[in-house]
Amino acid sequence: MSLLGNITLDAIPYHEPIIMVTLAVIGVIGLAVVGLITKYEKWGVLWHNWLTSVDHKRLGIMYIILALVMLIRGFSDAIMMRTQLAIATNGSEGYLPPEHYDQIFTAHGIIMIIFMAMPFMIGLMNIVLPLQIGARDVAFPFMNNLSFWFTASGAVLINISLGLGEFAKTGWLAYPPLSEMSFSPGVGVDYYIWALQISGIGTLLTGVNFLATVFKMRAPGMKLMQMPIFTWTCTWANILIVASFPILTAVLGLLTLDRYLDFHFFTNDGGGNAMMYINLFWAWGHPEVYILVLPAFGIFSEVISTFTGKRLFGYTSMVWASGAISILGFVVWLHHFFTMGSSADVNAFFGVMTMIIAIPTGVKLFNWLFTMYRGRLRITVPVLWTLGFMVTFSIGGMTGVLLAIPGADYVLHNSLFLVAHFHNTIIGGAVFGYMAGFAFWFPKATGFHLNERLGKYSFWCWQIGFYVAFMPLYVLGFLGMTRRLNHTNNPDWNIWLYVAALGAVIIFAGIILQFVQLYVSIRDREQNPDLDGDPWNGHTLEWSTASPPQFYNFATLPKVHDIDAFTDMKEKGIEYQAPDEYLPIHMPSNTAAGMQVAGAAGIVGFALIWHIWWLAIVGALGIVVAFIARCYANNVDYYVEPQEIAEIEQAHLANVASVKEELV
Amino acid sequence: MLIRKLGYSALATSLLLLSGCEGGVLDPKGQVGIDEKYLIIVATVLMLLVVVPVIGMTLYFAWRYREGREHEIYDPKWAHSNKVEAVVWLIPIVIIAILGALTWYSTQKLDPYKSLDHEHKPITIQVVSLNWKWLFIYPEQGIATVNEVVFPKDVPVEFKITSDTTMNSFFIPQLGSQIYSMAGMTTRLNLIANEAGEFDGISANYSGAGFTGMKFKAIAKPSEQAFEDWVKAVKHSPAALTDSSYAQLAQPSENNPVDYYGTVENEMFQHVVMQFMGNMKHHEQPEHSAHMSMQAED
Repeated sequence: MSLLGNITLDAIPYHEPIIMVTLAVIGVIGLAVVGLITKYEKWGVLWHNWLTSVDHKRLGIMYIILALVMLIRGFSDAIMMRTQLAIATNGSEGYLPPEHYDQIFTAHGIIMIIFMAMPFMIGLMNIVLPLQIGARDVAFPFMNNLSFWFTASGAVLINISLGLGEFAKTGWLAYPPLSEMSFSPGVGVDYYIWALQISGIGTLLTGVNFLATVFKMRAPGMKLMQMPIFTWTCTWANILIVASFPILTAVLGLLTLDRYLDFHFFTNDGGGNAMMYINLFWAWGHPEVYILVLPAFGIFSEVISTFTGKRLFGYTSMVWASGAISILGFVVWLHHFFTMGSSADVNAFFGVMTMIIAIPTGVKLFNWLFTMYRGRLRITVPVLWTLGFMVTFSIGGMTGVLLAIPGADYVLHNSLFLVAHFHNTIIGGAVFGYMAGFAFWFPKATGFHLNERLGKYSFWCWQIGFYVAFMPLYVLGFLGMTRRLNHTNNPDWNIWLYVAALGAVIIFAGIILQFVQLYVSIRDREQNPDLDGDPWNGHTLEWSTASPPQFYNFATLPKVHDIDAFTDMKEKGIEYQAPDEYLPIHMPSNTAAGMQVAGAAGIVGFALIWHIWWLAIVGALGIVVAFIARCYANNVDYYVEPQEIAEIEQAHLANVASVKEELV
Repeated sequence: MLIRKLGYSALATSLLLLSGCEGGVLDPKGQVGIDEKYLIIVATVLMLLVVVPVIGMTLYFAWRYREGREHEIYDPKWAHSNKVEAVVWLIPIVIIAILGALTWYSTQKLDPYKSLDHEHKPITIQVVSLNWKWLFIYPEQGIATVNEVVFPKDVPVEFKITSDTTMNSFFIPQLGSQIYSMAGMTTRLNLIANEAGEFDGISANYSGAGFTGMKFKAIAKPSEQAFEDWVKAVKHSPAALTDSSYAQLAQPSENNPVDYYGTVENEMFQHVVMQFMGNMKHHEQPEHSAHMSMQAED
């Protein structure tokens, strides 16, 4: 055993031109970014204002940047798969051999769910939730920073696998026995385990943090049933996180024991049982999809009610429908494997439970409809995403209920119909929601507007591309094509595979337009400022702050009397009332401890993947030392003095006044 | 508007083209598959009763209540109505109640483990998924085949399924249901072919590098006599499926050709199932297998 564990020169895939070119491009971009930061002398800003920040708004922005970077990675995987399947027809092998292709579909799933969708959702929640409940930050700001860095650590690990070793060739579920040592002896599954494990701990801490925040830090007067709907759906998602992520941690731990210490939880021999893994995995995996989609439902609710200029219809129904979805989400996991041989009664029970989820979901759709009813809908970018969602998700929900019927699932299970279904709900539900939220809260987070026209172009590319890419997959599922095939030999399928690839190209155009939009908007930021902080005539408290919000959020904690707290204030004419005097505000200080702890955890993961035992011990010690150092740190907080607050608030109120004057 | 048109035209074209296409689950050739196709259609139509109005209302409301239509009523505080709430809860509840009843009934009826209601006694075929091919053992006929499974039409077939390695899913799309193959366990699947013909068979659960090539042909012979003739022909094959030839077959291989074994060692399938149980290495101690196989049958 050498100092470098199992790492040898062979671990670098220099014979794979695709990977080497990718690495070169990443290297060039990385160097360019480093060069630019150095040129503009931004290292200090980066360190003090961002990397070590405990401010929920800045952490939220960093989460979303991570999500967008991972979107590029995950989408590259997607377009490679679609081109492979469009080329590899009629018995042709295509350009991606199974050795490489199998890693790509595994990485695509993990990256898109764990490192794109989750950070995007958590990022939006970070930016918005404390503002919506009138809090100055989350309950545990340092832990929030730590959570982010755990997620980032996991993302770094999964990306190292591109250039060193391999990623898992198991599918994103990593079902044993395939993921056991006997069938997957390489480091791929270990990368999978540690990337998921480390980021999963970050997510769990986030769940705890935000639950404590909504239960303990709501503004004076705000009852639970007066929380904004986005906050409510995030709260249900956080309850799901706290209840389900420990299951993921445990099941990955068991797989780790199998792989590292020759245990037999899920092996074929020695009394192992892979069915246990499959049950446990989905006991996390099913709630996970509701963790992704519930906050998106909240975003749609906010967007619709804001842009129709109306209260949300059926707020109470919405809250309890979300709760019902959360609870039912825990008793449906078996529908992922109706074909594993359970009895008819068991399958029927889980099928019916799954369908029942369609009831609260249907209620939500109707409630959005009746929010539009007798409103004045402004067709903005967030509204386009919302309307696109309502149409697309209805179809995705329908195919989901179809799959929930065991008799139908027996022929559609694992087919491209299934692949089309979950992309239909995750893209058409969760991702469309995040895009809506991104456009909705962008001015709030940055202080300037996104380019509206490019946003609309991007939306239409996504929307049309989605149908062109995924409707053919429904057809292919009916034609008997199963998922994860490397190449095909069936002339009936070809046309659909070509169309699907075309759809992926259209979505690609949508993604490019989104980045162009971002570039143009940043370039033109001086022309499109959001001066008064309330660009959409919003209902909730986040719109009462400046854009970007003051670092302490609220100079004085707002008093809440209504669900639409800010609208309520506007109606009473007290929305921008300055108090007689400001009191000092207690704020947490920045800290590098989160980076240190999570960085050390990343090192432990890396060392364990490559069996570099000494480094694992060093990394583990690093975690402990960094954590103890943090515990004994004295400079963890400070006070903002009333004079500074008064200056910041006066500047904001002057901005508000200038906007009002312009309107007059 | 564009969205709806695109969506509908996509759906419409797919349905049109699908009905013309051969192969796949909407072109079933066996009773189980026919029942399942019917179930899919009924359930889809039921759901469209809600989904189409919802999509229509979404686009209609967005159009009707858009900004600039000042003659429409604007009611910013209207956010609750017991009547509307009752209706929006009731409609999904009714549809789901109907679908739920349909689910309960169809799941009992289509239980893959349940023997098919048929005057004919079923024939048993044992299925083993290997890396990366399918082994079929015919215990009543004493033969075995690789990547080709043959049975007469109009005779129920009871598949007993296991895996020698990773998990796969045994699936003949045109005949209906699939079921997982798992090591150390036996799962069951009852199918029947209503027509003679040659159908594609696949693994529908990813199982590693050779997964794509893990295909087989399912051949339904036009008569029992034709099936018997085929069995006789296979019996002439000199190859025998024994512990050692099985061990050889079990070595990983990709895109395996069709192969026949004229004779099969007794209780071969039970050996495969029981090989993972306890410390017993049945290949060395076959005498234990009879005892163990009884448990396997449970």
